[in-house]
Amino acid sequence: MTVTAEKKKFRLKYYGNYLLLAAVLLLLIVLDVSGVLKRSSALTFTRIGYSIILAVSLNLVVGFLGELSLGHAGFMCVGAYVGCLTSNYLYTVIDSPVIVVLLALAVGGVAAALFGLLIGLPTLRLKGDYLAIVTLAFGEIIRTVCRNQEFLGGAMGLDNPNKYGKELYIIAFLAALVTVAVIQNLMRSKHGRAIQAIRDNEIAARAMGVNVTYYKLVGFVIAAFFAGIAGVIYGQQVSPISSNAFDYNYSIDILVMVVLGGMGNITGSIIAASLLTYIDVTLVSQLSGNAVMYKSLIYALILIFMILWNNAPFMLPARDWVRGKFTDLRRALFRRRAAESEGEPPATAAWDKIPTKIPMDALLSTDIVPERSHGGERKEDENESMGS
Amino acid sequence: MDTLILGLCYGGIYALIALGYTMVYGIAKMLNFAHGDIIMAGAYAIFVVLSAQGHVILALLAAIVVCTALGLLSERLAYRPLRSASPLAVLITAIGVSYLLQSLAQIFFDSQKRPVTVLPPESVPMFGTTVSVASLWTLALCTVIMVVLTLFIKKTRVGCAMLAVSEDRGAAQLMGINVNFIIALTFAIGSALAAFASLFYLMQTSVVEPTLGAMPGIKAFTAAVIGGIGSIPGAMVGGILLGVIETFSSSSPALSPYTTAIEFGLLIVILLVRPVGLFGKKRREKV
Repeated sequence: MTVTAEKKKFRLKYYGNYLLLAAVLLLLIVLDVSGVLKRSSALTFTRIGYSIILAVSLNLVVGFLGELSLGHAGFMCVGAYVGCLTSNYLYTVIDSPVIVVLLALAVGGVAAALFGLLIGLPTLRLKGDYLAIVTLAFGEIIRTVCRNQEFLGGAMGLDNPNKYGKELYIIAFLAALVTVAVIQNLMRSKHGRAIQAIRDNEIAARAMGVNVTYYKLVGFVIAAFFAGIAGVIYGQQVSPISSNAFDYNYSIDILVMVVLGGMGNITGSIIAASLLTYIDVTLVSQLSGNAVMYKSLIYALILIFMILWNNAPFMLPARDWVRGKFTDLRRALFRRRAAESEGEPPATAAWDKIPTKIPMDALLSTDIVPERSHGGERKEDENESMGS
Repeated sequence: MDTLILGLCYGGIYALIALGYTMVYGIAKMLNFAHGDIIMAGAYAIFVVLSAQGHVILALLAAIVVCTALGLLSERLAYRPLRSASPLAVLITAIGVSYLLQSLAQIFFDSQKRPVTVLPPESVPMFGTTVSVASLWTLALCTVIMVVLTLFIKKTRVGCAMLAVSEDRGAAQLMGINVNFIIALTFAIGSALAAFASLFYLMQTSVVEPTLGAMPGIKAFTAAVIGGIGSIPGAMVGGILLGVIETFSSSSPALSPYTTAIEFGLLIVILLVRPVGLFGKKRREKV
């Protein structure tokens, strides 16, 4: 009974992301209806929407699966081109732009997922470094192919005469909401636990009966699917679609969002994607061309610093200090909950509190030498061999 | 014949870069993504010396110094603190270093392409055609470097220590090998090879730009994987194979737009058929 009661308790942890995205979307709609929302800011928020999708889906691969994909922009490229072709065709058949875009989303996503399957099948059996290179290579291949195909517009890019209006941000945010919901719930399911087990220790996971290749493929294909969705949204916003937009640097940009937000943290990805995209749109594009160089400099430093911060031993004291400050801050903000959690028993068993006659300290210490029949002899042997 | 010689030249360059990758991968168990950008840094060093009317040898020395310094610096500051971290973390840091070098090059030398002439474009008649002097130098020096490197690893004590570290780092440490020193040395050697590669690459392309290193870097990694990563003869064979395939593909009009796609396609096929590469040894994983 207590279990069900606990399940029904509202947890900010589980619903916070949805609330955040839904609140932003509602706010935007209200602003739009009242006529305050400018076209340029609507476009910015569309970009933020698909950046969130990209970051969250890459987080599935990098943060939860523990593999590095550098071809995320390539999957986005597939989605953009396929989605654009689909919508260009569908506009001749169907009138309603909403239905057209939704169908394009489905087709583009599935196409990207198929490519994910195609790439993942041979490479996911291998260790991580190979996957990074193959996905990188895949991104380049896709770009080369798109640039050299006449029906995809060649080097000029694919024209998209039926650009969706500024209401695209609604679709972008709804898609982001769906992405977050799917990936977050997947990670809380049996399958998600399997995926995280592979990240933590592949051999142990295999020993526990987890089908490693299958789950890696599932994670990879789902990520590719959502990257394709993001690509379709991009393709509905931009015309002509140029394959140059989906280069290696774009994949790195997405990786920076994931690493800055925290690998394996969906809320972090959402916030980092929104923040970096907003800064990118508002600051970088307004400054002169030189700012782009500093952008990549700062991105590079973010990547290096975040990884060192989380992994390097010499960063440990600083990290603990900051964590301590955060804990203090949280205690101060949520005094009641902090008191509650302090009242709860600690998760690990307090072995020293267990009433027993056995001296626990002595039992757990390494001083006690277990009595063995040949213990003495062996010690002598060792001494002899040391001497000789 | 022309194509074959050009292919061998590019192959030699890729082999030099691939050696850097494969040595670092074999010994530090990490993919040094920044290796391509170290080549770029070397190319800029050559560019600076040559535009100050310096001699080619001086330019090469400058490139070696710059590349080795960068290799050691990145190892010390970015990779050594992560020795016990997960491979993913190291890989992301390496990408960060690569990105950092590129953006620094953009800041110092803007993103324009700049022409460089390393050697005057002279040609020598040979095998019924003409072969450029630059190609001859490239082929000769690549051969010498590979022979010297093989001898160094096979015959010297330090070379043996490197082999030992690549075999089993923990055991090597117990045998009294200074693992940190060996890894730093590997980075230094790999980066010095990259300096040579940058000179030869400039001889062929005659242009420097901040993203110069990215493509040869990725292709050389492909070569290293084809040959079997961690294997030194593998890197040489893989590099030469890739160079020849690339030049033959780009000299045929039908295939030339898809050259990159063909090379990476080859990588995927090799990984499918023989995941350890042509010369790689299969290793059992243990918990």
